Amino acid sequence: MHRLPSNPMSRDALPPLLAISGLSIAYAPGGQFLALDGINLEIAAGEIVGVLGESGSGKSTLALSIPGLLPACERFEGSIKFRGEELRGLPESRLRAIRGAKIALIHQEPGLCLSPVMRVGSQISDVIRAHRRLPRKELRQKAEAALAEAGLPDPLRVYHSYPHQLSGGELNRVVIAQALACRPDLLIADEPTRSLDARLQTEVLNLFREFNRKFNTAILFITHNPALLARLASRVVVMHSGRVVEEGPMARIFRQPQHPYTQHLLRLVPQSLICKATASETTKREAEFGTFETPRKVAYGG
Amino acid sequence: MAAETGIRHAPQPALMRVIGLNKTYVQRRPFSRKEFVLGACKDVTLELPRRRVTALVGESGSGKSSLATCLALLQQPDSGEIWFEEDQVSAWTAEQLASLRPKIQMVFQDSAGALNPRFSAAQIIEEPLEIQRRASKPELRLRALALMEEVGLSADCSKRLPLTLSGGQRQRLAIARAIALKPELLILDESLSSLDLVIQSEILRLLVDLQSRHNLTYLLISHDLSLVGEIADFVAVMHAGRIVEHGPREKVFGAPRHGCTRELLAFARSLESDFQAATEVQA
Repeated sequence: MHRLPSNPMSRDALPPLLAISGLSIAYAPGGQFLALDGINLEIAAGEIVGVLGESGSGKSTLALSIPGLLPACERFEGSIKFRGEELRGLPESRLRAIRGAKIALIHQEPGLCLSPVMRVGSQISDVIRAHRRLPRKELRQKAEAALAEAGLPDPLRVYHSYPHQLSGGELNRVVIAQALACRPDLLIADEPTRSLDARLQTEVLNLFREFNRKFNTAILFITHNPALLARLASRVVVMHSGRVVEEGPMARIFRQPQHPYTQHLLRLVPQSLICKATASETTKREAEFGTFETPRKVAYGG
Repeated sequence: MAAETGIRHAPQPALMRVIGLNKTYVQRRPFSRKEFVLGACKDVTLELPRRRVTALVGESGSGKSSLATCLALLQQPDSGEIWFEEDQVSAWTAEQLASLRPKIQMVFQDSAGALNPRFSAAQIIEEPLEIQRRASKPELRLRALALMEEVGLSADCSKRLPLTLSGGQRQRLAIARAIALKPELLILDESLSSLDLVIQSEILRLLVDLQSRHNLTYLLISHDLSLVGEIADFVAVMHAGRIVEHGPREKVFGAPRHGCTRELLAFARSLESDFQAATEVQA
């Protein structure tokens, strides 16, 4: 019997899709510095959980540890159960059957996840082929459908492109298409919108919500930006130096953060566009601006 | 007559300005011989007022970085003028430009790629000082350590290699190197975009602090309008190689005229207001 997370109110009688208990991981020799320090986390089927924390808080280690993708660690304790099956210590062949099909992972750098020498389409059909025996034509149709589902307006062009021919926003959708091609039960997204602009961020968030609704995909959304979770997560887990410092329903965490670290993080979210600037500053800048508006006169005139 | 008007009478002349700048690249599709011309900057006119933060925003591929590298004199524009203070520097020879380069420094997004991986932190700061002969050999290390302290890096970091530092520490190091030569203009090309909110706010505070201490002028390139809204005095919006809007921040953000600005703002604003709604305690 594993320990329960600090806030058990959001779960019902159903067994969780994913149950992590007492997960501790150390990379460095000696095992002194813990990247994860006794993490307990449960995700129900179809639930969207946001993990919030700054760099170095262990978010990415958590993401990689679930599908068993961590490099050799000095210390690895605790249990990771997926649908009641312990993932730790599973043979590689069994893990391969789960990865991509049941648990999919989106890394933060889409450009680095794709092979530069393969066309995007075959990289997506590869994922499908790893789990299902299908004729080539059908594989191709499925890959194209996955690209279209990820919101790419011309999936055929993208299908035949190499990663370097695509823009950052398109690459992002390609890795999303790849991750969701097999309709996984759990999607782990590690900073999937990092260095995207607000429009692309919004589109990715909408896409995740849509998949969650349509296919009941549970999502573990890892980010440093609380503003993104406001749109998406039903539950939020706040991490700091490898520990969960606070956990609860999104509305509660955002309205009444208990832990000082959570309060600090929430205060850092920029709100400059919806706040009004002071009138004196505005007039000062406006008065100033007019004075440099005549460069052409200096350059070409006189 | 015209030379008498405008800038000359301005209380704060622009530090740098570009007039009618064009920059194109000739490209080829992979496995094809056909060449096509990509217009990165089209007839760009922009001013960087002294001691102010000018932000350059726009979607990716709109030509922001091309303009920045032209301003940093790292590449030649096809046509157009670049002025630094009272001089038209686009006509200068390489030797003349060399004297100007220390005054314009750049900080990039990818700090790991921008720093020599085989130099220690202190060596990275010493290199420009040594090349520009700003300090004698024994003085170099002291200057480097002083600069590190200024950007909030402890002396313990001085012997470490850049890849062993955290992302935030690396960006501080890149800033220390950039201000080592006492520049007048600092071009921040997405320097804050890959940092998380905690570090972003720390570096932002550092930049504001350095600006007032060294009278720096900033050109902040960013796709993050919320960040721009925190520090920019003036905002220029770029779209398909052209500056479609330029003005004081409040004016551009408060009453955007171009559709592109309105769209960028709408998305950024709705993210902010959703967060605000989620944090508001209901009465």
